[in-house]
Amino acid sequence: MKTVRAFLVGVALIGLGLLLVGLRVNPYAYFAGYVVLQYVIIATAWNVLGGYAGYVNFGTPAFFALGAYTAIFLIEAFGAPLPVLILAGGLVAGLLGLGIGYLTLRLKGVFFSIATFALSVVLQTLIINWDYVGGAKGYTLIRPPAPFFGSWAILLFMVMVGLAVVTVLVARSVERSWIGRGLAALRDNEEAAECMGVPTLRLKLFATTLSGFFLGVAGAPFPYYVTYVEPSSAFDLNYAVNALAMPMIGGTTTWIGPVIGAVLLGTAQQVATVTISSELNLLIVGVVLVLFVVLAPEGIVGLVRRLRHR
Amino acid sequence: MSRPMADTLLEIDAISKRFGGFLALDRVSLRVRAGERLGLIGPNGSGKTTLINCVSGALPTDGGRILFEGRDITALPAHQRTRLGIVRSFQIPKPFTSMTVLENLGIPLEYAAPARSHGAAAALDILRAIGLDAKAQLRPTGLTQIEMRKLELARAMAARPKLLISDEAMAGLSSAEVDDILAILFRLNESGITIIMIEHIMRAVMRFSQRVVVLDAGTRIAEGTPEEIVRNPAVEKAYLGE
Ligand SMILES: Nc1ncnc2c1ncn2[C@@H]1O[C@H](COP(=O)(O)OP(=O)(O)OP(=O)(O)O)[C@@H](O)[C@H]1O
Ligand SMILES: [Mg+2]
Repeated sequence: MKTVRAFLVGVALIGLGLLLVGLRVNPYAYFAGYVVLQYVIIATAWNVLGGYAGYVNFGTPAFFALGAYTAIFLIEAFGAPLPVLILAGGLVAGLLGLGIGYLTLRLKGVFFSIATFALSVVLQTLIINWDYVGGAKGYTLIRPPAPFFGSWAILLFMVMVGLAVVTVLVARSVERSWIGRGLAALRDNEEAAECMGVPTLRLKLFATTLSGFFLGVAGAPFPYYVTYVEPSSAFDLNYAVNALAMPMIGGTTTWIGPVIGAVLLGTAQQVATVTISSELNLLIVGVVLVLFVVLAPEGIVGLVRRLRHR
Repeated sequence: MSRPMADTLLEIDAISKRFGGFLALDRVSLRVRAGERLGLIGPNGSGKTTLINCVSGALPTDGGRILFEGRDITALPAHQRTRLGIVRSFQIPKPFTSMTVLENLGIPLEYAAPARSHGAAAALDILRAIGLDAKAQLRPTGLTQIEMRKLELARAMAARPKLLISDEAMAGLSSAEVDDILAILFRLNESGITIIMIEHIMRAVMRFSQRVVVLDAGTRIAEGTPEEIVRNPAVEKAYLGE
């Protein structure tokens, strides 16, 4: 019943997006909206591993960029259409996720985070040296005319609305299933979870793969959005920081936390970019994150819960 | 002396465990009969917890075999051994801290119990039997020492064990609390669960066990009834030093 309701809310949100499209507001709103929604996907995907399973992935740029560069490769090689790019970007990044899943066998805590960060650096170096997808010079995409809505900004915004809704619905149903409960158990204590019958390795592999998949999905439309992709923009450190900061600010134990965090922080960053400067972004994230870690370690969701229990 | 196989629940056959150059277990063998109450004692660092880790699958062994109900489980991962019925409690309680006491029991009920005995009702029954039902909705961090030990046992029970290995469930408890835990373990045993008790509190092990096995420096040095063990000079030497 609740799942049906969540599904209906998702459909309603897509409808709302369409309405926004129909209204034809300032085109900048679609650009900004795209970025915020992209962060909803990233934060939600990151949280499946970082929040539910407790493995802090600091290599988000690797997965995002893998999605973007898979798309570039497929555009170059086959002129593949957007839906194919999204699916393929997700699958390739999901495969990388499966790979880091096996890392969890040996690496826990901060060592896992460092390894994922290193992975991002290594992958960036590989891409820089791969001329077929643009190498260090970057890749310029010449977009055909937008097939729908008459504008790529609007079309891509709608694509992101749809992808964000799907990602959040999937994360939510994982969280509420036996898988989510098993992940919570292994997050609390992996040894105890295993001894209580939880197949910890299998669940971790599931979480890293799913998380990687949606991070790749978030990156796949990126070439269409920016039309010029260079390694430093696809592997931007901002993705690593935001992917972690947004769920932390919203609350990591439930699906709504990353959504709240991404909308708040993502919007604040967009506003700051326009009104002050884009360099301010990281500073905002840093300050807000420190405040939350100190004052509300369970994020906004935890804060609200505590106030309610008063 | 040799008993019919059907009677043996767990058979540890010459297992060894090494940490780097240090031999923590040296070809330890042990047979546990179905329904038995076995005490496992030994000085600090003698390898008791390590032995349990090998049996439960938390650590891989370096040689030897482990059989459960006649089946070789040496290569099975820990969660599968749990599903077969080997369940251990931890010397240092390891509760799931983000969950309530009730939800803590939900994990083994969902993942390990053979019948997937459903939900809160089964968990509450166990909590009631162990005297923890009033705390069902609390987080484990709000529990006292004894309640934490009870949660550890309750969670193990929720996995529906055939063999329960209790690793120092009584350390640091008052003598009334020790009796409380002992009574719970006796009741579990009466319901058909085989129990291995690791304990430093001699009064408790000797009262509880039908048979006691003594480890010292990774080897088995003695075995017998509690009366035999207290009179065994080798055991005395292991405990008091030379
Ligand atoms: N993971 C490990 N790595 C290295 N050495 C270990 C490890 N676990 C145990 N040891 C060592 O193995 C020996 C046996 O330890 P174990 O914990 O099994 O003893 P124990 O009999 O349970 O002691 P206690 O009564 O204090 O609980 C000790 O010397 C200990 O330091
Ligand atoms: Mg021990």
